[in-house]
Amino acid sequence: MFIGKYGLAAAAVALATALPAAVQAETLTMGMASEASSIDPHYHNLSPNNALRRHMFESLTNQDETQQLGPLLAESWKPISETAWEFNLRKGVKFHDGSDFTALDVVYSACRVPNVPNSPSNFVSFTSAISDFEIKDDHTLIVHTSEPTPLLPTYFANWGILSATANGVSGDIKYDKENCGLDAFPSTVDFNNGSASIGTGPYKFKEFVKGDRFVMEANANYWGGKPEWDEVIQKPITNAAARMAALLAGDVDFVDNPPTQDLAELKENPKFDVSQGLSNRVIYLHMDQFGPSTFGVKGTGKPDAQYEGEGPCATEACEKNPFLDVRVRQALSKAINRDAIVEKIMGGVAVPAGELLPQGFFGTNPGAKHEAYDPDGAKKLLAEAGYPNGFELVLGTPNDRYINDAKIAQVIAQMFTRIGVKTTVNAMTKSVFFKTRNTYEFSIYLAGWGAGTGEMSNPLRALVGTRNKETGLGGTNRGRYSNPSLDEKILTALATVDDAKREEILRTASREAMEDYSILPLHFEVTSWAHRKGLSHKARADQYTLATGVHKAN
Amino acid sequence: MLAFTIRRLSQSVVVLFVMSIIVFAGVYAIGNPVDILINPEADIAEQEETIRRLGLDKPIWTQYGLFLANALQGDLGNSFVHNLPALDIIFQRLPATLELAFLAVGLAVVFGVPLGMLAGLKPDSVVGRVIMTGSILGFSLPTFWVGLMLIMLFSVNMGWLPASGRGETVDLFGIPVSFLTLDGLSHLFLPAFNLALFKMSLVIRLARSGTREVLLQDYIKFARAKGVSDARIIGVHVLKNIMIPVVTVLGLELGSVIAFAVVTETVFAWPGIGKLLIDSISHLDRPVVVAYLLLTVTMFIVINFVVDILYSILDPRVRLGGAN
Amino acid sequence: MAAAVQDDGINPWRTFASDFAEKKLAVLGLIVFVALIAAAIFAPWITPQNPYDLNQIDFLDGRLEPGSVGSQITYWLGTDDQGRDLLSGIFYGLRTSLAVGAASTLIALVLGGALGLFAAYFGGRVDTLIMRIADLQLSFPAILIALILVSALGQGVDKVIISLVAVQWAYYARTIRGTALVERRKEYVEAATCLAISHRRIVFKHLMPNCTPPLIVVGTVQVAHAISLEATLSFLGIGVPITEPSLGLLIKNGFDYMLSGDYWVSFYPGLALLITIVSINLVGDQLRDVLNPRLKK
Repeated sequence: MFIGKYGLAAAAVALATALPAAVQAETLTMGMASEASSIDPHYHNLSPNNALRRHMFESLTNQDETQQLGPLLAESWKPISETAWEFNLRKGVKFHDGSDFTALDVVYSACRVPNVPNSPSNFVSFTSAISDFEIKDDHTLIVHTSEPTPLLPTYFANWGILSATANGVSGDIKYDKENCGLDAFPSTVDFNNGSASIGTGPYKFKEFVKGDRFVMEANANYWGGKPEWDEVIQKPITNAAARMAALLAGDVDFVDNPPTQDLAELKENPKFDVSQGLSNRVIYLHMDQFGPSTFGVKGTGKPDAQYEGEGPCATEACEKNPFLDVRVRQALSKAINRDAIVEKIMGGVAVPAGELLPQGFFGTNPGAKHEAYDPDGAKKLLAEAGYPNGFELVLGTPNDRYINDAKIAQVIAQMFTRIGVKTTVNAMTKSVFFKTRNTYEFSIYLAGWGAGTGEMSNPLRALVGTRNKETGLGGTNRGRYSNPSLDEKILTALATVDDAKREEILRTASREAMEDYSILPLHFEVTSWAHRKGLSHKARADQYTLATGVHKAN
Repeated sequence: MLAFTIRRLSQSVVVLFVMSIIVFAGVYAIGNPVDILINPEADIAEQEETIRRLGLDKPIWTQYGLFLANALQGDLGNSFVHNLPALDIIFQRLPATLELAFLAVGLAVVFGVPLGMLAGLKPDSVVGRVIMTGSILGFSLPTFWVGLMLIMLFSVNMGWLPASGRGETVDLFGIPVSFLTLDGLSHLFLPAFNLALFKMSLVIRLARSGTREVLLQDYIKFARAKGVSDARIIGVHVLKNIMIPVVTVLGLELGSVIAFAVVTETVFAWPGIGKLLIDSISHLDRPVVVAYLLLTVTMFIVINFVVDILYSILDPRVRLGGAN
Repeated sequence: MAAAVQDDGINPWRTFASDFAEKKLAVLGLIVFVALIAAAIFAPWITPQNPYDLNQIDFLDGRLEPGSVGSQITYWLGTDDQGRDLLSGIFYGLRTSLAVGAASTLIALVLGGALGLFAAYFGGRVDTLIMRIADLQLSFPAILIALILVSALGQGVDKVIISLVAVQWAYYARTIRGTALVERRKEYVEAATCLAISHRRIVFKHLMPNCTPPLIVVGTVQVAHAISLEATLSFLGIGVPITEPSLGLLIKNGFDYMLSGDYWVSFYPGLALLITIVSINLVGDQLRDVLNPRLKK
């Protein structure tokens, strides 16, 4: 209770004694909120794995802190036709085992991507557009695609390059989507024990004890110069309070995701520093816009028609779905005081959202504003829509997935209740939440979306495109919003190679989605990191925590 | 004795079987692991493909049948999350938890029994009251809260002990243990103490009430009358009698210490099986959850077996098997 | 237990009361405990705010210091991050916590106690069956039971109670069985059996009173334990609904603000929990001493 205040001061003392040792050894110890499920770069397409991968296995292209695309193992690239790209690869790059990096390694790595048994989420979506590789010389590679694929260079930032020779492949490889005629690939276990963990990155595999620590050491022969840290230790400390305590006690030099409520105190503390950056993650509300009735809504009366489709309303009697009326959706949006949420709940470290990506990202509308708080206007709209007395609502939210998720949901419930929509919050742990959401048991739910590609087609496609296996749209559109004209725009954008044209289409599409209140964006998360003084860190929009982004100050 | 062992063994097999069904169905009921594991950006086709790849598209009884067939050959399946054999993952983590649990139970007995006896011998003294009040607090304060308090006090405030993780380990018979190094011990102490606190309070209470009861028994009065020394009465008769409930409860508690290590391990980022379990549950990593529970049930069965045998040694009137 | 006293021909309640009153501290504990129960029962009428009604709380009043004057009322103990008046929150939380603790302990005690007693008395197959189920249950971590229940039935106080009963009953069953096994071999039960007294009578009139003291020890402790277990479930994100916090959930929520210096959000609910538990234990300890037939002077 009182320990808190003195604690910070006392931690300084503890730190002062721990500090010199840490500096001498040039070791960086990081407390991580989540742990990678494997070291295998092609095993699991999820943030902790992708962040870890970047230390050891580099990709052809690179997304920098603001997700701008830049060179990495490829020095340059250009489209040579609608369906072909030429990549010029960097020369003089060596793998951790001393072998040279050539175009063959790229082909080999693409061959391995679909060949990871039991992968819970593989990287095929980043290579599926490739129809063939053409090796012009060791450092020039032509990539053919089956369709025009404007995002190909971005996709190439997402999968790491393995060494073909280190895995016993030296001759030519005939690329195909199965296994390129190769009968064996290194297994996930080989990566976890380090034997196959050979990349070109600035850090090399040293030790992996799952649940306890992952240790990397500097790659002295790195093409970009010797990295700053001799050794990097990443320790998973999932509990936020424990992670903060570890930082304050000097057990670790650096932590990701410090709790928002501790940031003010940390910033004032002379022994610690905080780095922050706007992320690409939007927190939103999605509303069930599928059938004539919806589960969890009360007081709206009998539905106009029979419910047909998946979900609890197929078997149970549900009341009328109010969200089919755009006025209701707009009313809810107006009822939300986004500025107040950012101020009071997020401690000022978030930005109110008017679109699905923050200003400045590719495809956003310059100057797009978030919905103004207007409870009276909201009540009026509700009355116009035929709900002068409101109705009852259950708002679903996870309580351990996004920054302050359940707290935000409670505040939104307060705001909805004030305009007459009596709202209860159903907060649950993420495993239960996702299952409940995916079986359409929420009429409205809170969730978040981080745009991996850093441009507008990504959230539009996943969140508001009509769910359809063939088009690939609507993968996470669990409100089942459907708007054919919007779908068409998204699909056109996805096949337009010309950047300027594509951006214009995406802007129109984004405007359309917002004006129809298909989804209600709340705010963009600002990600925070905390570290001891004497370090500097560059915040990343993709929320990745990278040791390569941590530097000694001066 | 032999008949008892055989009967116990066959019962245990049934228990394990029933258990595996319950856990399998239970985890299945919570949700689909792919919902959590897959990258949210995956489209519908990819989601379905992943579900098929992990064999989760099959009906649950088919999945269970496959599991059972493999389990009979000693293969409890691969973790959905890590793609490693579930048992390997558990055995890799087990030493850390056992180390923690044994030290915790050890601390509980070493401090709990003498303190409890003291409180029982002098129930109305200041010392007795202080001990009992302490035990009440040990019970009532939520473990996570005490754990965070300990960290605040000893790590953040005083800077004496590290706040999280396991320290340096050395191999003992091929098993990595941390209690043989100074760094390891310093990491071990706070979480073990946190875990022990609850058990210690329990032992104090059991020892106290046991002591009070025993002192009123006729044979103690008789022994006193015969001139047997206080030290002998307390050291032999009282101690032996209070050990029955203490052994029963601790036998049970060793298991629950391991099960409830979840909280302590989360707070102290201790890389044991408790933390593994909570992570696995939140990722719906069914193979690991099932393997974990089958393993703990087996452990429980063994512990209960040992407790029953110890019982019969401590109290000859209790015959093994409890048959009429 | 009454039977043993009635034989003396004195009003058993009076004896009981005077025995209980011997210890001043226990009486104080009882007074506090009764006051707490009253506070919990009458919470809706005596609190300045209904912290469960979203119309009455305003998150703009969030995290105000104790004594702050809000838009409608004065927050004597401050507010939490949702703008809940902590004084009201504690009273309502006490209601939830006590209800959860008492209900789950009582159900578990009756269920587990009865099963343990029967197991010990009848032995053989009954014993085996009950004890194997208990073994099975004890190896299930509470969290898993709670998770499965929450996902199958939805979140709620009743599910938390069910999980807590499921976690605790086996504990009582084993404790009782252990004690009863010893009692069963004693002469008085053998004598009763020889006198052809019915099973029911032996179990309820003779075995049970003698097995009660350890049950009360464990029971009083378990009410407190159930309350903190409920807090732990909340800590792991699977406890009572967040919009209707118990004391444990209030502490847990407040803990997030520990390092940032807003001590009151966690401190006062913690204090309330502490007082509740200490008073329960004081009463329980004295009850045990009074009820124990062998500790009677």
